[in-house]
Amino acid sequence: MTIARSWWWKIGALLLLFYTYYEGFVGEVPRMPILNETIRNLYFHVTMWMAMLVLMICNAFYGIIYLNKSDLYHDLVAEESGRMAMVFGIAGLLTGMVWANYTWGAPWVNDPQLNGTAASLLIYAAYFILRNAVQDDHKRARLAAVYGIFAFVMMIVFIMVLPKMTDSLHPGKGGNPGFNKYDLDANMRMVFYPAVLGWTLLGVWMMSLRVRIKKLEWIKDDQ
Amino acid sequence: MINKKMKNIIASLLLIILQMNFAFAQDVEMGDVMRSEGKIYVVVAVAFTSLAILSFYMIRIDKKVNRLEKDLKK
Repeated sequence: MTIARSWWWKIGALLLLFYTYYEGFVGEVPRMPILNETIRNLYFHVTMWMAMLVLMICNAFYGIIYLNKSDLYHDLVAEESGRMAMVFGIAGLLTGMVWANYTWGAPWVNDPQLNGTAASLLIYAAYFILRNAVQDDHKRARLAAVYGIFAFVMMIVFIMVLPKMTDSLHPGKGGNPGFNKYDLDANMRMVFYPAVLGWTLLGVWMMSLRVRIKKLEWIKDDQ
Repeated sequence: MINKKMKNIIASLLLIILQMNFAFAQDVEMGDVMRSEGKIYVVVAVAFTSLAILSFYMIRIDKKVNRLEKDLKK
């Protein structure tokens, strides 16, 4: 609770984002055909997925903690991190569609990575539908935690395993060289990692705000 | 004898391909004009403004939740 109230990491997140925006427009990037300047999208598109991944891990992790301790607070954190992960997932999908439109020629190409992410977002949409379908608090929390773990494993399979086994336009998938191997030079790495951290912390901040507001509602309902 | 010739041809072909790649990489069209004119800083300024407003708003919400928490704990 004290971490949720402290300011240093929130200010840090904002500073990292300012750094990302500055370096994202001004910093040195490798000159590559077709990609041209759009390689800068790495800081604004790929980071969405990284933030989503961290929040999904949060969702599964707090689900497991709930199953251990049966404290509804952990279920609340799991729910809100899942919700925030959906927000970042949709942002990642939309930014990816814009980028794909100008480099691959169409907003949606039949790529296993794209279809996999769409499928995993639908799986997580079902997570919220499942939550709404159960009335009893603890029953809902238990079901959601178990389903959340299942959904997390499915998402890993869909976005990290399957695209690597078939052909994909994404770098690092299906024999395409990854950003890490050839393209992501030292300059870009110095921006990409802080950018991932900044966006992730922003997502965690928004998630923690929702958790705190919900807790206030609980206190109000008790009175 | 033939082997040596073949090797030479392949080596020179490889060299030509490598050089072509290198030349290609240099000719990639980037927003160099925008950078040399300094106009890119206009983009940075606009992006910073929107980010500053977002930051301000996030901090406002956080402070408000802080206040509500204090009020309800009393």
